[in-house]
Amino acid sequence: MRVPDLTELALRNLRESLLRNSLTTVGISVGVASLVAMLSLGIGLQQMASRRLMKSGLFDTIVVTSRRELRGMGREEERKGPPPGESRVLDEPARAEIERIPNVAEAYPDIRFATELRFDDKPHLTMVSALPESAKTNDAFEGMQGNFFSSDGAPEAILQKSFAEELLGKTPALGASEPSVSELARPLLGKELTMRYAQRASSPPGPAANAGTSAPEDVSGAAYSVVSREQKLKIVGVSDLDPESMRGPTRAKVFLPLKLAESLHVMLPTDLREIARADSDQPVYSSISVRVKNPAQIQGVEDAIKKMGFSAFSILDASRGLRQFFAVLYAFLGIFGSLALMVASIGIVNTLVMAILERRREIGIMKAIGASDGDVKKLFFAEAGAMGVLGGMVGVALGWAIGQVINLGTNVYLKRQSLPPEHFWAVPWWLVGGAILFAFVVSLVSGLYPAGRAARLDPVQALRYE
Amino acid sequence: MTTAPPVSAARGTVAIRSENLCRYYRMGESEIRAVDGVSLEIGVGEFVALLGSSGSGKSSVLNLIAGLDRPTSGSVIVQDRDLAKLSREDLAKYRLHVVGMVFQSFNLIASMTVAENVELPLRFAEVDRDERQKMAQQALERVGLRARTNHRPSELSGGEQQRAALARALINRPQLLLADEPTGNLDSRTGTEIMDMVRDFNRELGMTVLMVTHERALAERYAQRMIFLADGKLIDDRRNPSADIHADLRPSVPRGQL
Repeated sequence: MRVPDLTELALRNLRESLLRNSLTTVGISVGVASLVAMLSLGIGLQQMASRRLMKSGLFDTIVVTSRRELRGMGREEERKGPPPGESRVLDEPARAEIERIPNVAEAYPDIRFATELRFDDKPHLTMVSALPESAKTNDAFEGMQGNFFSSDGAPEAILQKSFAEELLGKTPALGASEPSVSELARPLLGKELTMRYAQRASSPPGPAANAGTSAPEDVSGAAYSVVSREQKLKIVGVSDLDPESMRGPTRAKVFLPLKLAESLHVMLPTDLREIARADSDQPVYSSISVRVKNPAQIQGVEDAIKKMGFSAFSILDASRGLRQFFAVLYAFLGIFGSLALMVASIGIVNTLVMAILERRREIGIMKAIGASDGDVKKLFFAEAGAMGVLGGMVGVALGWAIGQVINLGTNVYLKRQSLPPEHFWAVPWWLVGGAILFAFVVSLVSGLYPAGRAARLDPVQALRYE
Repeated sequence: MTTAPPVSAARGTVAIRSENLCRYYRMGESEIRAVDGVSLEIGVGEFVALLGSSGSGKSSVLNLIAGLDRPTSGSVIVQDRDLAKLSREDLAKYRLHVVGMVFQSFNLIASMTVAENVELPLRFAEVDRDERQKMAQQALERVGLRARTNHRPSELSGGEQQRAALARALINRPQLLLADEPTGNLDSRTGTEIMDMVRDFNRELGMTVLMVTHERALAERYAQRMIFLADGKLIDDRRNPSADIHADLRPSVPRGQL
């Protein structure tokens, strides 16, 4: 028999005992729905996790340091290659070169220094770092109170929550509940901070610089002076998140726009080390952050940077571990989700075996007028398959609906907790197709035994059966 | 070894030949010999009645010839096919293309309309839908059931149901029409109608007809030849001159023209 005929006859037969077949199909739907619900929860959680991590800048960022940076990570590979003294300097041309590597979204210098900030005439010591404009689009400051910098060179600052607590003297006791960000932000937003910093100003060599003393022979020709300066900053934002958490003790609590930070010419620790090159007005960076366009390309970019003679570091390995975790999570969710479908498949077997008993005579008639074993087998297969596909489609819709309801409910809850809404439920198209296909295959497998039994029926006995 | 068939094929070609055909069933300890060494020969275009009391084995012989059952021993050769040697698949094809069957209880599928029942064999033969519907209409027209094509079998009278069954048996243009008590569930008037139709098929389409019945009168009226069975054995085989005296005079229409 041809497929359209098989489908038509199968659907007709399913309609004949509508209630029983509907119940069986509902069983499959529930099974598929639970499978879809479980897997879409898993996928959604993974997407949420990777979205969060991606935006945190952990997985698409490579930190590049010069090999001259003696405080390197001290890993085995760092000790290979040329000795530190002969390695390249991480300066502006090097940064530009890194930015030209394919798949690099941007490479910006890490400007990071410890300094004193005055607020309400009280000094506070902290780490300050510069942020590129692109930080606005990633999630590093999601849920921030206030606004991002109005421009890349604006004299503005964003505070990390713990520094805000310090400024207001509200550092919570250990174990006590933390004040909320909005609570902290209210008295701070729009206020002014005064940052004191050491500016590196290049000064001409020789007598002009030091009129009193004659220029000694050993002056190499370059010099700079360090000038103490002040910069007023307007607090525009307070953030709960800690975008630099991976940096450990050197993480910054106050953030400035990158252009502003560059224009300040802050004296950096590397300036001392690279004093031999101080004649150049070009700054030398202690490290550069490289963002790749896609975390998948991180390894290639990292290798290219290492080839240039710099040290590079990323948390790629951590993301591998994460993927493995989710693979295991999928497997478990999938197994639990499939359990209901397995139970439903027993329902299919039962329904079809019942159908054989009821339709014995019909099977006998079909055989008597020329149906082959294969025709009868295919017909029962088609019935099983049709129940599977119908159940699968209804099930996917049901699973999707369950997901929407749960997502909605959770977001209402999150809103009450004044947390941003989260989309942790995802039903990708491959899951829709895969679930229907899986239901179809499970149904066919369930149909194996009944179909075989129907095909083997002896027509003479089947015709005698009333 | 039973005696050789006393009557040889009426015409040149042999439609059905069985030699020492046996079919035994096991019922627990005992063995039931439903068919016990039946040898017969039926010529192409013959109208033969298979007579006997209930349990004589006449239906078992019919099932063996229909390819619904396989012999325990002996052979049954229909249109040059040795049925005992055919695979299950080929036996199904044989039932589909060579044999048309009608039954006492009509055996129409209740969930299908008359037209769908009639065209069902064509689905197994993988005939295109349009062609199928055309052929079904023609067959139904032939049995005078055109008006009831979209009715369910349960909405038809017994005679109409048997006519639908005849249309179904004809649809694949078989060479052989096997009828198992075709009038058993019908009153005598509709029974006669059905039998007239069967005789028309025999004469006009040149179909070989083998009919199982226990009604001797019916056999005497329609069959050219009567074969008597008892206890699974062939006990008599004789021509029936009273029936159908014009059968051989009429030109046989080539097979395949409904």
